[in-house]
Amino acid sequence: MNAAARRRTILPGFGLTLGVTITYLSLLVLIPLAALFFKTATLSWAEFVSAVTGPRALASYRLSFGAAFAAAGVNALFGLIVAWVLVRYEFPGRRLVDAMVDLPFALPTAVAGITLTAIFAKNGWLGRWLEPHGIAVAYTPLGVTVALVFIGLPFVVRTLQPVLQDLEREIEEAAATLGASRFQTFRRVLLPALRPALVTGFALAFARGVGEYGSVVFISGNMPMKTEIAPLLIVTKLEQWDYAGATAIAVVLLLVSFGLLLAINALQRWSRVESAA
Amino acid sequence: MAPGASIAAAISVRATRREISESAPVRIALTAVALLFLALFLALPLAAVFTYAVGQGLGAYWAAITEPEALAAIRLTLLVAAISVPLNTAFGVAAAWAIAKFEFRGKSTLVTLIDLPFAVSPVVSGLIFVLLFGAQGLLGPWLQAHDVKIIFAVPGIVIATCFVTFPFVARELIPLMEEQGIEEEEAALSLGASGWQTFRRVTLPNVRYGILFGVVLLNARAMGEFGAVSVVSGHVRGLTNTMPLHVEILYNEYQGAAAFAVASLLALLAIATLAAKSFLEWRMGRRAGAR
Repeated sequence: MNAAARRRTILPGFGLTLGVTITYLSLLVLIPLAALFFKTATLSWAEFVSAVTGPRALASYRLSFGAAFAAAGVNALFGLIVAWVLVRYEFPGRRLVDAMVDLPFALPTAVAGITLTAIFAKNGWLGRWLEPHGIAVAYTPLGVTVALVFIGLPFVVRTLQPVLQDLEREIEEAAATLGASRFQTFRRVLLPALRPALVTGFALAFARGVGEYGSVVFISGNMPMKTEIAPLLIVTKLEQWDYAGATAIAVVLLLVSFGLLLAINALQRWSRVESAA
Repeated sequence: MAPGASIAAAISVRATRREISESAPVRIALTAVALLFLALFLALPLAAVFTYAVGQGLGAYWAAITEPEALAAIRLTLLVAAISVPLNTAFGVAAAWAIAKFEFRGKSTLVTLIDLPFAVSPVVSGLIFVLLFGAQGLLGPWLQAHDVKIIFAVPGIVIATCFVTFPFVARELIPLMEEQGIEEEEAALSLGASGWQTFRRVTLPNVRYGILFGVVLLNARAMGEFGAVSVVSGHVRGLTNTMPLHVEILYNEYQGAAAFAVASLLALLAIATLAAKSFLEWRMGRRAGAR
């Protein structure tokens, strides 16, 4: 197909559609994002540094990155099991369960937020069993992690599923024939083949978790220095009319997002190369 | 027969070559772990939304979703979707046509740029429009002089929603249209069809489920967006509250049952979205999740 597209085509509309694309992209995305850097440029370097490295800001990065990392880790482990079970085993209701995995994509984050809070609150369905054992979830960093596990769940499963599906069973058979136990086959043969997709899924879940707002603000309790995530600190500063401070922290978040986006693109290329090999 | 055996029979291995799969106990254990995890994180919250929604009886439920402010929020949410969905769909189709059917320099950069809004935190997505159109923003003084209100008003909500839902249709269509190639279009054109006819009669029928797929996801996000919209809305009750913002306000005012009643409508939207998505995946002959 590539060779066909590369030669001169008689298809019309290239100028029009590319023009529309670039105009709309510039007006809606690129220029507004540039406004953020433009606004930051009005801060002096010292002001910028003090805004992004204040103790409250540092505490919020620690929570946002830490909780997103932990949640992505939980999702990598359980997402691998879920993807494995959905692709390899047959059980009643499998298709329904498979469709349900996308719920966190479809359910508005605010709904997820108030629901998880209600479930894990002291008198909630799960909270009433956990709190007597000294496990407080709502209004703690653990609650933030729980919300991010919910939000990140589909990323790992949906990244792994197609790769698992395309795995050649012959390799596993060969390993078994050569005397490998099932666990050895998994560790030495399957896991290396799944690794790029697993890392990509982890990175996608992590990236989403770092910026997530709606599902977290309700369950976190929003105590400065303790359970305040970085996106909430931006909102708080905005509400206090501290536009410069909000913008500085937003720039940090945005640069991290860009970095992650580029890393994920590279990972996906790696993933394709590995699965093609 | 041991009870374990019947469960093992229910969780059969899809491959016929049983000998290279896991033993039955491992299979049962893995399935149990997976289902428990999903029950805890997906089924339980979904059940909780509806249970809490009717917690104070069906009368209170009905009252919560038909009071004027709830109705205003529903109307605004529908309006926002009615603008952002067609706009981003048209953009997505145009972008996919240029990117999938032609070769040009900087193509992969363009694809990355189109994906940008998915990478940006919702709060930052809202903030950039405050910085642009707000009272202290770059265009703020000019807008004020001309008496145009964007931030803390409906236009801001629409623009922020367009931003966060920007990539949906494009990223769905680009791989699909690349797969289809350009031979069919070239055949139509050489037989004398106009460009527009070719697009309508050849390209569109080939990708219509892909477009619908993108629209379903786009619509769900447009109606459910919270972070970006919350930053630009100003939370004026009855005026700039979308359904997710209305849920937040009710919840913060300790009107839990009413909050969950409105939330249950959004949960129904999510269920409808998942159903439509599964149906379209089946029509496209594609397994769930192969994005």
